[in-house]
Amino acid sequence: MGYTLNFNLIWRHFDKLWGGLLLSLELAVISIAIGIVIGLVLAVWYVSAGRVVRAIIAAYVEFIRNVPLILLVYLVFYGVPTVVDLAYSAPTSFVLTLSVYSGAYLVEVFRSGLEAVPRGQLDAGKAIGLTPWQRLVHVRLPTMLRITLPALSNTFISLFKDTSIASVISVPELTYGAQWINFNTFRIVEVYLVTTAMYLVTGYALLFGLRLVERRFRAAR
Amino acid sequence: MATSLNDTTALLDIAGVSKAFGSVEVLRSVSLKVEKGEVVTVIGPSGSGKTTLLRCVNFLESYDSGSIRIDGKEVGFREAGARQRRSERDLAAMRAETGMVFQSFNLFPHLTAAGNIMLGLIKVRGKSKAEARQIAEHWLGRVGLAHKADSLPAELSGGQQQRVGIARAVAMEPKILLLDEITSALDPELVGEVLAVVRSLAEDGMTMVMVTHEMAFARDASSRIVFMADGGVSAVGPPKEILAQETTNERLRSFLARFRASHF
Repeated sequence: MGYTLNFNLIWRHFDKLWGGLLLSLELAVISIAIGIVIGLVLAVWYVSAGRVVRAIIAAYVEFIRNVPLILLVYLVFYGVPTVVDLAYSAPTSFVLTLSVYSGAYLVEVFRSGLEAVPRGQLDAGKAIGLTPWQRLVHVRLPTMLRITLPALSNTFISLFKDTSIASVISVPELTYGAQWINFNTFRIVEVYLVTTAMYLVTGYALLFGLRLVERRFRAAR
Repeated sequence: MATSLNDTTALLDIAGVSKAFGSVEVLRSVSLKVEKGEVVTVIGPSGSGKTTLLRCVNFLESYDSGSIRIDGKEVGFREAGARQRRSERDLAAMRAETGMVFQSFNLFPHLTAAGNIMLGLIKVRGKSKAEARQIAEHWLGRVGLAHKADSLPAELSGGQQQRVGIARAVAMEPKILLLDEITSALDPELVGEVLAVVRSLAEDGMTMVMVTHEMAFARDASSRIVFMADGGVSAVGPPKEILAQETTNERLRSFLARFRASHF
């Protein structure tokens, strides 16, 4: 086993990894942004809706949570355009999938957050004469966001790692870049070591930054 | 339905209000009139319906029958036709006419002391931000917290939070202020500062209905005491009269006896 590590070839193609990392982040950010909108709308709808709407939203959440992400990615990229007359690029398809995927998790996060807002605060909002919409916007949502911020951060970090799955439909994100270098240089150990380090460092940096934001907001609880 | 030909000029007119939670009757045909400028304290054992009655006045709780009128306007239900709950928008407008202070303060945790007061002024009263800020600072001054305008609730003591709660309620210039056991969650040494604020509001002529366990305060600061037991008004009258009834009203006697045993 005379394998000696040689990173030279990795550095020569480092732009593939760097560009991939940036794309991974981009995919994660766009997906969570859309996912937050889906999650918020459905969670608010859920807590105020009747049994039928609740059942439909619950079914969506259960479906997404019990199907492997990679399968959803295949379904949306290969399956949907086969049945419906739709054309979209691989990155678009992936963002779509990841948004719907994260939305399902965030519905749960936001719903439990909304239900955790103390009743007394809502009473206080009623007592000063706020309308239901004003109570939602000015009382319930701000408190809910503070409660759910840690879960939101965790979801985002997970989502960032999940972007690696986009490599299966040839989206040139970080993992795809690593595969490309591996195929072209055969430096499998080096390339995956470097890639792992990049995921780790980025993940920790995100976590650190998000915890700072959380701490700022925690003062307000 | 109460008739509209009531001879009353009472600011608050509670007439035959009943309410049940499932099979438990919490209010049994409660009637009570409160004149403008009166301070009415409601006492009674826990479970007697005091808090529920108060929460019916601003329709945080609905009531099954009877009527509650403020300035002649039915609070929770439409005036004409069959008994029908007001729309949420109407209810919000009605609630803006009453102020409420809660046992557990219920400040908005994400807003500063001033922000808590300003929210209703801006969103409900339509004041500008600057104007609302000015009013907030005025009332924070009144409750002795001018220097805490930009503090978050979490940075305030219980007594301070409750004083912000009072300021938030009165800044809206309500016709009537509802106080729900506002000192019950406070450490004993903080009760005095909160009651002092209530006293000064009473001197200003603010109409108040206050559920309380502070018997000395009820005796000294209220125009009338309402003693509730088992969901009904068992006795009502000026403090002296009520306390004198201790010999004739068995319920009142046992309540006061138990009260004294636990508080003194």
